[in-house]
Amino acid sequence: MNDREAVISVRELTKCFGAFTAVDHLSFEVFRGEIFGFLGANGAGKTTAMRMLCGLSYPTSGWGRVAGYDIATQGEEIKRHIGYMSQRFSLYDDLTVLENIRLFGGIYGLSRREILRRAVGLLRRLGIRGEAHTRVRSLPLGWKQKLAFAVATLHRPEVVFLDEPTGGVDPLARRQFWELIYEAAAGGTTIFVTTHYMDEAEYCTRISMLVDGRIQALGTPAELKCRFAAESVDELFRRLARGAKRAQE
Amino acid sequence: MVGDVAIRVEGLVKRYGAVTALDGVGFEVRRGELFGLIGPDGAGKTTLFRLLATLLTPDAGRAEVDGCDIVREARAIRSRVGYMPGRFSLYADLSVEENLAFFAALFGVSVRDNYGLIEPIYRQLEPFRTRRAGKLSGGMKQKLALCCALIHRPSVLLLDEPTTGVDPVSRSEFWEMLARLRSEGISILVATPYMDEAQRCDRVALCDRGRLLAVETPDGVVASFDGVLYALSGREMFGLLAAARAEAGVEACYPFGAVHHLRVAREFDPERFRRRLLAEGFHEVGIRRVEPGIEDVFIKRMEHE
Repeated sequence: MNDREAVISVRELTKCFGAFTAVDHLSFEVFRGEIFGFLGANGAGKTTAMRMLCGLSYPTSGWGRVAGYDIATQGEEIKRHIGYMSQRFSLYDDLTVLENIRLFGGIYGLSRREILRRAVGLLRRLGIRGEAHTRVRSLPLGWKQKLAFAVATLHRPEVVFLDEPTGGVDPLARRQFWELIYEAAAGGTTIFVTTHYMDEAEYCTRISMLVDGRIQALGTPAELKCRFAAESVDELFRRLARGAKRAQE
Repeated sequence: MVGDVAIRVEGLVKRYGAVTALDGVGFEVRRGELFGLIGPDGAGKTTLFRLLATLLTPDAGRAEVDGCDIVREARAIRSRVGYMPGRFSLYADLSVEENLAFFAALFGVSVRDNYGLIEPIYRQLEPFRTRRAGKLSGGMKQKLALCCALIHRPSVLLLDEPTTGVDPVSRSEFWEMLARLRSEGISILVATPYMDEAQRCDRVALCDRGRLLAVETPDGVVASFDGVLYALSGREMFGLLAAARAEAGVEACYPFGAVHHLRVAREFDPERFRRRLLAEGFHEVGIRRVEPGIEDVFIKRMEHE
């Protein structure tokens, strides 16, 4: 972080579904170049909050800005200025590597020439130039995840949302993936990431712990471990998540 | 069949066209054993599960589950095996209780018959019994899937990455359930990408590209690590990765939670390295000797493959 410019800022962000408050008055900031870990148990409200930040769902109350745009009124602008990748959806399996790059490049509004230029650079960086015409389906999961990340950042967004990007990925491939994240963050890209691997939470600049739709803790991993007298983020997570009152959805 | 073997696999081969998914795999799971499969994507784990669940037939080799041959006695196996595929295996549009009743009916039992076996798990689902399965959270889906896999009281459970996408607390609960099922005499074969879960197995098989590299107890796996390991920490963690890799005697450096792990050769001098890092402008550099864990072994083996 060279400066403290907030790329995401959220005040009292709330989302209700009927009588149920999924996200309950969230307030926080994420600064440029940070890796911000958004942790919480299944059902804590992570996905609901993330959908609002990505301009996919409207807040019931409160406000938020992402990459300079208002999440309640400028959803379309936000979608164009962020990157998004999840374990469930990232690339089209039936398209080749190059076709995926062209498709997403087109969606992000890049020119054909620019797409081609970036595609060449991307394939070289990932060391998969020989696989340009391979269908994504037949790539190993570890490669697929790295490619998905590269495609999600093809338009050089200010902020990338990663929703459990390494779910089901083996220990070696997970680490290779995290080096991409480190590299992007070092280059000034802001990373907003959810994960269920607590060792990955330790790699984050700051982490937040969502319990029953509220942030129960927010700080650097070292600060939080110290404040809660926990040996690891894993221990911290267990302690805070077990305090959840809300029955799991 | 020999009474104390739950799964016996011998020279099992499965090809998909030109791709050999399983390349002559052999191992045994003892009755009442909790046996883990770890390995990267593409190792052949899912293919192995499908063969044992009789959803595929092998190209060569043979396997028995609970004494039944997976080809000749496929029908008999189905009632003895509970299989939880990696992907969501329930009917999203059916409610929790409808899913359970459906799977019970498939196996010709009633939910009541074996309710005692699933009760500790199902009790947590009960408040949501009328909710559609598709609307459950990840942890709850997995618990329901486990109930459905157990409803006919199988003697062998096949679990293909059952806790992927599940938070740490729910994962612990899930593994407590597995320990209880094992104590009821149910044999369990489980694949996992989490090394803390591998540590909870009686034995684990490390697999890669269709082969088994080793079958060992978790402690045996750790003991097989023949390198020297240091933990490196500092304020500039990303920069430290590259710096460590450029240091003489460092064979590998990878992030490991709050620190980086360095696997080093004999000539590595930690004090000289620390001084070098400080001279290069790194802050709060710490380096200390650490004992390896199962994850370190996994990474080392996979790098060598």
